[in-house]
Amino acid sequence: MLIDCPWCGPRSVEEFTYRGDGTLKRPALSDRSIDAANAYVYDRENPAGDHMEIWHHGNGCRSHILVKRNTLTHKILSCELLGPYSAGRKK
Amino acid sequence: MSGYRISSPDAEGRINPTKLLNFTFNGRTYSGLEGDTLASALLANGVGVLGRSFKYHRPRGIFSAGSEEPNALVTLRQGGRSEPNVKATEIELFDGLIAKSQNCWPSLKFDLMAINQLAGNALSAGFYYKTFMGPNVFFNRTTEVWWQFEKIIRRAAGLGKASLEADPDIYERMHAWCDVLVVGGGPAGLIAGERAADSGAKVILCEQMAKTGGSLVGSKDIIDDMAGNEWAKACIDRLRDHENVRILTRTTVQSYYDDNLLHAIEHVADHKIKPDAFEPRQRSWKIRAKSVIIATGAFERPLVFSGNDRPGIMLADAARRYAVEYGVLPGKLISIFTNNDTAYHAARAMADCGANIKTIIDVRQQVSGEIRAVAASMGAELLVGDAISRTSGLQKISAIHVGHFNADSKLVAPSTHRIETDCLLVSGGWSPAIHLTSQFGGTPIWDKELQAFLPGKPLQNWHGAGAMAGKFGLANTLLSANDAAKSALKSIGIKPKKLKPPLVISEDVSVQPAPIYEIRRKIKKGKSFVDLQHDVTSEDVRLAHREGFISVEHLKRYTTLGMATDQGKTSNVTGLAIMAEARGEAIEDVGTTRFRPPFTPVALGAIAGESYGDLKPYRLSPMNDWHITRGANMYANGLWMRPETYNRSGETVEQAYIREAGAVRKSVGLVDVSTLGKIDVQGPDAGEFLNRIYSNGFAKLPIGKARYGLMLREDGFLFDDGTTWRLEENHYLMTTTTANAGPVMEHLEYILDVVWPELKVSLVSVTDQWAGIALAGPNSRKTLEACVRGTDMGDKAFPFMGVRDGEIADIPVKIARLSFSGEMAFEVFCGAMHGQALWDVLMEAGKAFDITPYGLEALSTLRIEKGHVAGPELNGRTNANDLGLGGMVSTKKPFIGSVLVRREALNEEGREQLVGLRSLDGQKISGGSHIVASADQVQPGESLGHVTSACFSPELNCYISLGLLKNGRARIGEKLHVTSPVRGTHGAVEIVSPHMVDPDGRRMYG
Repeated sequence: MLIDCPWCGPRSVEEFTYRGDGTLKRPALSDRSIDAANAYVYDRENPAGDHMEIWHHGNGCRSHILVKRNTLTHKILSCELLGPYSAGRKK
Repeated sequence: MSGYRISSPDAEGRINPTKLLNFTFNGRTYSGLEGDTLASALLANGVGVLGRSFKYHRPRGIFSAGSEEPNALVTLRQGGRSEPNVKATEIELFDGLIAKSQNCWPSLKFDLMAINQLAGNALSAGFYYKTFMGPNVFFNRTTEVWWQFEKIIRRAAGLGKASLEADPDIYERMHAWCDVLVVGGGPAGLIAGERAADSGAKVILCEQMAKTGGSLVGSKDIIDDMAGNEWAKACIDRLRDHENVRILTRTTVQSYYDDNLLHAIEHVADHKIKPDAFEPRQRSWKIRAKSVIIATGAFERPLVFSGNDRPGIMLADAARRYAVEYGVLPGKLISIFTNNDTAYHAARAMADCGANIKTIIDVRQQVSGEIRAVAASMGAELLVGDAISRTSGLQKISAIHVGHFNADSKLVAPSTHRIETDCLLVSGGWSPAIHLTSQFGGTPIWDKELQAFLPGKPLQNWHGAGAMAGKFGLANTLLSANDAAKSALKSIGIKPKKLKPPLVISEDVSVQPAPIYEIRRKIKKGKSFVDLQHDVTSEDVRLAHREGFISVEHLKRYTTLGMATDQGKTSNVTGLAIMAEARGEAIEDVGTTRFRPPFTPVALGAIAGESYGDLKPYRLSPMNDWHITRGANMYANGLWMRPETYNRSGETVEQAYIREAGAVRKSVGLVDVSTLGKIDVQGPDAGEFLNRIYSNGFAKLPIGKARYGLMLREDGFLFDDGTTWRLEENHYLMTTTTANAGPVMEHLEYILDVVWPELKVSLVSVTDQWAGIALAGPNSRKTLEACVRGTDMGDKAFPFMGVRDGEIADIPVKIARLSFSGEMAFEVFCGAMHGQALWDVLMEAGKAFDITPYGLEALSTLRIEKGHVAGPELNGRTNANDLGLGGMVSTKKPFIGSVLVRREALNEEGREQLVGLRSLDGQKISGGSHIVASADQVQPGESLGHVTSACFSPELNCYISLGLLKNGRARIGEKLHVTSPVRGTHGAVEIVSPHMVDPDGRRMYG
C-alpha cells in the first residue's frame, strides 16, 4: 500500500504503523462512565469496505494521518493530517 | 529418448557453438555449449532420465524448456552452495557445473523406493489425511503410532534435500520505481518497451532469460524486412541507448502487490560457478511502477493419457525450442500427439532442422487441408481421430499404442497399432501466463475458443500484451503490445509517440484446440498423470470428487494438484477440466484457484538480503568505550549495550555485583544511565498535559523540582514510570524506562495528535542528546561538592527531588536529586558529547571515597532491596494497586486510564500483589520460579504467584527477591516455597514487605 502523507507525499506502508480505528472519539475527560471508556478501548467494528484508520508515520515525519481505506481492496481513498496542523484546525 | 546435437544449427539461437563447457551430472562428465541450459546439454548428450517422481518414484525426463518444468528437478552445486529442486530447464550451463538427481536411492537407475508404484492405490488422493487420522487400531494411541510411520513415509516421498551448511554467498535488495514496467522481453515486451521509452517514460524491462527476444529467437518470422531474431537484437540495442530505460535480464517478476508494487528476482550470478568478489548471487527488486505491461506469453499444456509421464515425452513447443534455439533434437524417431494445429508447426520447424517426424496422431475428428499439407510436407504419417491408449518402454519410451478415439465417450478403443518411437511430443493447447494478473485478485475469464483462462478485468494499472492477453501469432502480438503501451502511457499522463506498426511476415497458426484434455481407456489400467511433479493422476481428481471435495480450492488441497514447486503451470487447467467433467459442469462454472506469489520458487537468501545476524544496530552510550576498557561485561538491554558488571580478575558476576552494590551502600558508586528515555516537553499547556498523562498530580510541580510519575494505559494497567523535571515555567524534561522510551514517545504523540490536539505542547525525543550518570551512596554529595560549581549542594538548598543547573569542570550540567537505589543519590545529565569527560571528572572527584562504577546487576540489586519496581513488575498485566502504588493513582483528577482503573476486575480480591521474599534455607531464588505452599518438590500444589526479580542482597546477607503473590500483602510473615520445575529447584522463603532495606527512606533524605 501507498499512503499519501500530507507532509511527505506517497510513501510505502512499511514506514507507517497502524494506530487503530479513526472513527472513535475518546470520551470527555470529565466523563467517568466505565461503559463509555470500555467501548472506547475495546469495542471495534470490523467493516468490509470503507474504513477510517489512523496511521502513524513513525519512520518519516511522525505525524498521525487519518486514512480512509477500503478493507476489501486496500484502496486508499483519502489521507488527512491529524493534530495541531490538521486542515480543520487554526494554525 | 536419444537426443543429439544438430551439427550446424540453422538459425542463430541461444548457443555459441564454438565454446565448449564441461559439466558433471550424477558423477559423469559431459560437455555442452555456451548458452545451453542444463536440460538442453543433457538432451544433446542423450541423457533422458533425470530423476524419480515425488510419490511413486517413477523415472522422469525433461518435459519442457522453461519455468513450467515439472519433472527435471536437480540438486545444483555442492556443499554450502548446494541448491535442491532447481529446474534443469532454467539452469544456464557453466564450466564445472555439478548437478545430481533427487528422490532416488541408492541410484537413479535402480531406485528401491520405486516399490511405491506397486502400492499405487494406497497412495491415492488424501493419503496423508486418511492415514494419519486413520481408524483407531492401536488402542487409542493410533495417532502417536502413525507419527512414527510418518517419519519413514515422508522420507520416501519428497524432493531434494537442503544443505545444512551456511550459504557463503551474499544477496542484495534493491528498490526502484518507473513509469512503465515491462514484464517479459519477447516481441510484445520489446515493442511495448520501445514505444514507452520513445515517449519519454522511465522504463524498466525484465526478462527472465539471459537473452531477450522470446519466441523470436531462432524463428523464421520476418519483421520490417529483418529476420525476427535480428529485429529483436536491434530493438534491445536501441533500448539500451535510452537513458530512461533499465533492462534487467535473468530477472523474473515474481509477485504483484498493492499499489503496483512488484517484486522481482535478478539471478546475478546463478550462471557462474560462484559469484565474483563482492558480487551478489541474486538481487531482490522491489519495483514501484506507475503502470505495468504484462507480456509473459503462454504455456503449452499436455494431454493426459495412460503412461503419459514416461521419459521421452515432451511438450511439442519445448522440443521445437530445443531444436531452433539450442540445436538439439530430443529423439531420432519422433511422434506427435495433439488436439490443435500448433504442434504441426512445431514439428515442421524441427523437421527443417533435420528431425525425423514419423507419426502425427490428432485426436480431433477432422483437420484442415492446410494442416494435412503441413504433415505431408515432412513425410509424416497422419492419424486423425485416433488417440494414444498407452505407452511402453523399459524406462524411456519405446513405443506408443494407438486406437480410435470416440469423441462422445472420450474413450479410446483398444489399440489397433503399435508405433515405435523414442520421443513423443504432446500438445493440448495453450494457457496464457496470467499469474501476475491473478495474484492481485482479478478473476480469470474462461475463453471457450482458446480453451484457456484469460486475465480478468485489471484491478490495478496493468495492461496485457501478446499471448498473455490471448493474442497469439506474431502480428497480433505486436499489435496488442503496441496498444498496451499506448493505454499504459495514457493512463499515467504521458503522450504516446506515434509509431509505425512493423510489417510482419509470419505463418498464421490457429491456437484453438479441441476441448479434449484426457484420453480414457475402458479398462482402468496404468496411470494417467495430471500433475507430474506431485504425481496426481486423473483418477485422484475423480476420487476427490467422489469423496465430496468438489470445490477447486478443496480439490487442490486434497489431491495437492498444482501445489508443487511448479505450481501447476502445466497441470491446472487440465485438472479443472477433469473435475468439471466429473461434476457435469462447464469449466467456467467450476472456476479456477487464484495464483499466488511467487511465480517461481525464491531463495530465502534473496528475501533476507543483507538482513541476517544482528538485524538491528546496537545503541551505544557515550561512555561505552570506557566500560569496555574497564572490563565490563557488556550485554544487550533492548537495543542498548550496557555494562552488566565490572569484573575484577577472578571475580564471578555474582561476586562482582555484590561488591559493587555493597560499595554503593557503604560509600559511593556511579552508573551510566544515558540509556534512559528522555523527552523534552514544552509549551503553555505542558503542565496540563503531564497532569493528564500521569496518574499522580503534576499540576503543582514547582520549577526546579522533579517528580516520580506513573503512566497508565487507557485500559487502566500500568504502562511506564519515571521522573519528570520541571526546568522552566513551560519546559519539562521527562525520563522513561530504557525499554519503553519508544512506546512512551509514540503514546504521547498519539495523544497530542489524535486525542487532545487543542493542547499547545511540543515533544522532542532527546534520549541521544543527554548523557546521564547516577551517583549513589552516602558519599555521593561529598563527591559532587568536590567538583560542582554554580550550585549549592547543601541539603537545605538542594533538597530531595530538587533539580539544579551547575557546572562540572566547565561542563554545563543538570543535577537532580533522585534515588533509585534508596541511598542519597543524584542524577547528573550533560550534553552527550561531554559524557565521557564528565564521567572522568566524577571518577577523579570520588577517588577519596573509593568511588566504584557499578553495572546493571548492582543497579538491580539495589532497587530490589528497596522494593522499587522495574520492567519485570511493569509487565503489562499489573496495575498500580497490585504494586503497592495505589496511593499514586489520583482520585481527584481525570487522566489517561483513570476510568478503567476503577474496573471491578482490577480491584477484586485475590489479585497478585507485590511482595518481598527472603530465602530461609540459603538457596538462590530464581526469577520466574513459582510461589507455592507445599514443601514437597514433587507435588508442589497450585501456583500462588511468581518471582519477578531476584538477587543476593549484600545488605541483608541472603538471597532475596520481589514477587507477585495472590493476596500478597495479607500474607506477609507467612512461610512459603519457591519452586522451579525447569531448573529443578525448590526452596523455603519468608514473605516480607517489598521494602526490604531502609523502609522509611532515611538514607535517601539524609
